[in-house]
Amino acid sequence: MFTNVFTPEGWTEALSVIKTEFLMGIWETFYVTVVSTFFALVIGLPLGVLLVAGDKDGVLPLPRAFMQALNVIINLLRSIPFLILMIMAFPIARALIGTTIGTKASIVPLVIAAFPFVARLVESSLREVNPNIIEAAQSMGASPMQIICKVMIPESVPSLISNATIAITTILGYSAMSGIIGGGGLGKIAINYGYYRYKYLIMYAAVILLVVMVQIFQSLGTRLAVRLDKRLKHG
Amino acid sequence: MIEIQNLTKTFSTAAGDVAALSDVSLTIGDGDIFGIIGMSGAGKSTLVRCINMLERPTEGKILIGGVDIGSLGKKDLRQQRRDIAMIFQSFNLLMQRTCLKNICFPMELAGKKKAEAKKRAMELLEIVGLPDKANAYPAQLSGGQQQRVAIARALASDPKVLLCDEATSALDPKTTHSILELIRDINEKLGLTVIVITHQMQVVEDICRHVAILDNGRVVEQGSVSDIFASPKSDAARHLVFPEGFEPSVFDADPSCFRVRVVFNGDDTATMPVIAKMAAEKGILANIMAASTKTVQGKAYGTMLLGVDSKENTAQVIDYLAQYGVFAEEVE
Repeated sequence: MFTNVFTPEGWTEALSVIKTEFLMGIWETFYVTVVSTFFALVIGLPLGVLLVAGDKDGVLPLPRAFMQALNVIINLLRSIPFLILMIMAFPIARALIGTTIGTKASIVPLVIAAFPFVARLVESSLREVNPNIIEAAQSMGASPMQIICKVMIPESVPSLISNATIAITTILGYSAMSGIIGGGGLGKIAINYGYYRYKYLIMYAAVILLVVMVQIFQSLGTRLAVRLDKRLKHG
Repeated sequence: MIEIQNLTKTFSTAAGDVAALSDVSLTIGDGDIFGIIGMSGAGKSTLVRCINMLERPTEGKILIGGVDIGSLGKKDLRQQRRDIAMIFQSFNLLMQRTCLKNICFPMELAGKKKAEAKKRAMELLEIVGLPDKANAYPAQLSGGQQQRVAIARALASDPKVLLCDEATSALDPKTTHSILELIRDINEKLGLTVIVITHQMQVVEDICRHVAILDNGRVVEQGSVSDIFASPKSDAARHLVFPEGFEPSVFDADPSCFRVRVVFNGDDTATMPVIAKMAAEKGILANIMAASTKTVQGKAYGTMLLGVDSKENTAQVIDYLAQYGVFAEEVE
């Protein structure tokens, strides 16, 4: 089945698809990834803070039943395979966006899949903060809110950025999967041409572009995290 | 005045209840430098954390200026904590903030205006001797410098009490000395009460006026530093004063003999045989009954107990040693 991949006709067709569809595909993937990551952060960041601060040894201990419920919900959402979650999210997408098909609609399942993941990443970042520094802030009369906003979050910025980078690259991978249920972007192009029509050349081209996008996000994220980390003795 | 009354703290662990502090009572006068010394696990850190309620005592009370701080509500307690600053062994600076912003931090918590806080922070950096480090990050500083910034930060809320929790334990002897000098300076200039938690006798010797010795969660001895040094009564105290160990009989020796305690505080006497010189020049033959000295970076630290035959000679010994900057005093 791979014998006809590199024929001259194959190249010509691939080039014309690349010219006409890829620019839009890149944009859609970029747009879906960034917007989904943004909303996943908006929901996941406070949840992650809650997971750490509300702990029984945290700065703002919350009722145990509440914390357990929160943990169960997050674990539950994280254990549903994304392919199935996308289908389960149809009613929500329809209620919020008005449709279940298209680039915008695919943002809904992506956010639902990503925010519990982001909450766990934020949790792990915040747990890295030296407890002695939190104790020092308490000894100065800081309130729990002040400790969260002025100590825990600012002190873990480099780690939060590293983890946000992990989140954005994971979401980019998921966004490609949403091509199956009508989401747009490079994923849709790869599936439509590669899986349905055996146009492997176009699929490879789409995959290479996805890889390049992941590389770009990753290296930008790593560089930003390093630059913002004042524990490193540069500058 | 800080009154610690019958403080008991019990931790429940999987292996059962562990008493970290048992019935500790102390009174610390305003403006004092009070040392709390003990081996690791003696309960020092728990005790100091009870003073600002970072640890809730199981029983007993802490009164600061007559206020029972255990009875305060959350908000009042936070307000009270601004009067009780604390510095730590690991400095605990905010690593993502510059030194200046670290010092501004407590003022920020209290809602002070930014420009005002910045001005005060610059003054404090001046006081701790680091005016050029305002925009440096903690990671760019040495341990001693970080502790200076931490001290400046502690002073930012104009506290009445400064708690030092093993504040010099992570520093080398020379840096320790300079940090202790800074703390003593601040105590004298600002009149704030300082409570020093340490396992190093040298620290107590250097700056404390009073000391309590904590052993196994209990205060086994307390009093003025010179008294404890001169005649440590408890085993824990003797072990701390003379870590190399002495025959306890040294302290119950011949009562007709006058005893002089000599303190080597790191002055340039290590290279000079002062005791031998005294024998040659004054003809006083002092009996070295006990000595625990060590030389660090060419300077002598430690104490020595001399036996002298007459009261008159005792005074001469003290005067003679004073010429060389060595502190000596008669002890009972």
